[in-house]
Amino acid sequence: MENVVTKNEMEIVYKKPKTITDTPMHYCPGCGHGVVHKILMEVIDELGIQDQTIGIAPVGCAVFAYDYMNIDMQEAAHGRASAVATGVRRVLPDKYVFSYQGDGDLAAIGTGETIHTVNRGENILMLFINNGIYGMTGGQMAPTSLIGMKTTTSPYGRDAAQVGNPIKITELIAQLPGAYYVTRQAVHTTQAVRKLKKAIETSFKYQKEKKGTCFIEVVSNCPSGWKMTPVEANVWLEKNMFPVYPLGDIKSPK
Amino acid sequence: MIHGTIVVAKDICKACELCITACPQECLELSPHLNEKGYRYAQLKNDTCTGCINCAIVCPDSAITVYRESKKKNAS
Repeated sequence: MENVVTKNEMEIVYKKPKTITDTPMHYCPGCGHGVVHKILMEVIDELGIQDQTIGIAPVGCAVFAYDYMNIDMQEAAHGRASAVATGVRRVLPDKYVFSYQGDGDLAAIGTGETIHTVNRGENILMLFINNGIYGMTGGQMAPTSLIGMKTTTSPYGRDAAQVGNPIKITELIAQLPGAYYVTRQAVHTTQAVRKLKKAIETSFKYQKEKKGTCFIEVVSNCPSGWKMTPVEANVWLEKNMFPVYPLGDIKSPK
Repeated sequence: MIHGTIVVAKDICKACELCITACPQECLELSPHLNEKGYRYAQLKNDTCTGCINCAIVCPDSAITVYRESKKKNAS
């Protein structure tokens, strides 16, 4: 066994970003939130803006985001993260501000705040985690749930005639003049995560240049809410979520 | 081939198996042992790891640290 190199002789090529705290995350196994937290903090580490970034935590599964991100954070009322982010950014115009919301937060109770924040073209980054379900409260139907999707409040599948179609909030806000960079990414594979990282980097760059609102939707999973294993959930996501929520830039600056 | 290895933080691994599907070398498996939360944590099953960091990138709990042979040592 002469060829075996011990760990001491190797160099670290990847480790937990230093801006992520050591608190074990409360998320279910395989949850996309953890990946998004990690990538976001990685970008902040690489740009060296830990002391200049303010995050706004939502209500939802990511309500404890401030426990995991070692930056300045503020909790907002349900759905109002973008409104709070507006205030923070206006008072502290030199800081980087992001809001982090789920689909029940941003696309249901906070639709008004979301649309008007983007319409005003606030210089913030809005991260939108879309998993088509209310994960925190036990898997109820969200505005973004797919047609025919079985949830605890739509046990026979979502019926468009009764409760409407899945809302494509990202396409909706891309129409507004205040939106500068609108994109949809995912976290189910390594390639997707790398693309998301690039999108977050770009958004922070635009934010510094005060170009307008940057909006990143992340199509994520909810293994517990969908009642699948994490691996099955990622396969289901690719097969069912992507036809309705196709990945890619929806509005990018020319 | 470049040789690498990983260290999984056993206590925070939740056995979601996403690293296992992400590994192109298929060198990860779930341990037969449980951690203190009752999950079968991920571990290396053979020596084919190349340190490509795919597993660490998809790990939701940032439980994986990746080591790789340095290129300088290979050359010398």
